Amino acid sequence: MTDALKAYHQKIADASVEDMVLNMGPQHPSTHGVLRLELITDGEIVKEVIPHMGYLHRCFEKHAESLTYQQTIPFTDRLDYLASMNNSHAWVMGVERMLGIDQDIPKRVEYIRVLVCEMNRIASHLIAVGTYGIDIGAFTPFLWLFKDREHIMGMLEWASGSRMLYNYIWVGGLFYDLPVGFEERCREFINYFKPKMVELNQLLTDNQIFISRTANVGVLPRDVAINYGCSGPMLRGSGLKWDLRRIDGYSVYPELDFDIPVGAGLMGTVGDCWDRYKVRIDEIEQSLKIMEQCLDRLQNELKRTVDFDPRAKLPRKLTPKPQDYYIRCEGAKGELGFYFIHSDTRSEIPFRAKVRAPSFNNLSVLPEIAKGVMIADLIAIVGSIDFVLGEVDR
Amino acid sequence: MSFEDIKLLLAGKFGAEIIEGEETGGLQPALLIAPDKIADVCLELRNNSKTYFDFLSCLTGVDYGAEAGRFGVVYHLASMPYQLQLTLKISKEYDRANGEPVFKSIADVYRTADWHEREAYDLVGIFFEGHPDLRRILLPDDWEGYPLRKDYKTAEYYKGIKIDF
Repeated sequence: MTDALKAYHQKIADASVEDMVLNMGPQHPSTHGVLRLELITDGEIVKEVIPHMGYLHRCFEKHAESLTYQQTIPFTDRLDYLASMNNSHAWVMGVERMLGIDQDIPKRVEYIRVLVCEMNRIASHLIAVGTYGIDIGAFTPFLWLFKDREHIMGMLEWASGSRMLYNYIWVGGLFYDLPVGFEERCREFINYFKPKMVELNQLLTDNQIFISRTANVGVLPRDVAINYGCSGPMLRGSGLKWDLRRIDGYSVYPELDFDIPVGAGLMGTVGDCWDRYKVRIDEIEQSLKIMEQCLDRLQNELKRTVDFDPRAKLPRKLTPKPQDYYIRCEGAKGELGFYFIHSDTRSEIPFRAKVRAPSFNNLSVLPEIAKGVMIADLIAIVGSIDFVLGEVDR
Repeated sequence: MSFEDIKLLLAGKFGAEIIEGEETGGLQPALLIAPDKIADVCLELRNNSKTYFDFLSCLTGVDYGAEAGRFGVVYHLASMPYQLQLTLKISKEYDRANGEPVFKSIADVYRTADWHEREAYDLVGIFFEGHPDLRRILLPDDWEGYPLRKDYKTAEYYKGIKIDF
């Protein structure tokens, strides 16, 4: 037994005498998966939070060391299973850059990729917002948002053949072109969905009970957020305009017009739970805007042609030169990174692949911002982080 | 600030021997730093007003295989004000038969390194000196071995239960 483990056991033993040690999870609806939080509590006050992860560990990095780049794409879908498209997009772009074919990808393929990624981002944020409502005690938004998300799931199933784990974006192209009529159906959805967001804002965003539960709770200052490696809506909620879609300008994002919403402390302090929630709501609107622009291009200058083959640029062998490469992308939860070490010229298998999961880093700030809060507020904070355990545990 | 400028800045501050080499062959250049000085280098890069590498994107523990006999850690830093990226690498030779690889922790500089280093310890078996709480993070506390080492043998039993798949 190592010293650190002994110290941990001693701490729990000591705390059991004076205070009370409570287990929240792994089977707890508010932990959004199999996360176990060990709370050292003094009455209703949380003195310390000790997260325990690993219940959903599926050895992604070990698997990646024995599978080819193409074979690993279905595994990346299972990291953040609420936004699978974003994961495979990041992985695929990293491999394409190592192969040096990232400039050869047809524009139509790139626009389809961005379109499905943004659809998936909306679906992910809908779950984040809906389940956050449930954590706070609002049941209706959850049902409404799941109904709307179902449309996105249906469309992505139409395109890829699967509801959640798509394996749609491939190195050098796509699994298939979009089905005929997809663009029109997508437009119908956008027109249907826009008023739904107004309804949601009336129901939840401006709800006084919701505001009282989330404003000024779990304030995350900007410097703490940066030092803990927080990214995505978590960092933007603290008021920093940092979006890798803009900063790195990968894929076709430089050609698209969208804003980056940041938290402004409208209901309380900058960086509180309400700000993080609001950033997600605003991002849904921006994603809809991006989708519309993608559809404009896909229906006009990049129209589907009879001879268009989304697999035309698929390399016969995925054998990059020996090198290291770190790719970072804006996933639905934040900076999603893959680090590849490739050492063998003739191999299609990476020597080492590492995932920089946004949820993992976002969750690591929890013990810091949850010190001294009430147990009920802890639920609000945990919900506002919006992590997916598939990505934390990998 | 370019890669060369950062190299000069570090060499000027700590002396030329702190940079053991560089890898500029790939798409992203990397600096090889003297392993014992990594925390000082990170602190300097974070606080220097010309670089401000305030964001640790990723920390990776690497086992370079039994032939090379090396263990290493790779740091990916990002500077938010200047929108820069930098890769730092440290590595040491280790004979697997005697002792485990030990590196300096940078958890004091970047708090996010805390969990990243726990993960590197858990999966690759790299120990970090000065880490506040070096426990396993993804695997059970009583797991034996480090799965991402190249010579890892898949466990057959866990607590007397056959792992059957």
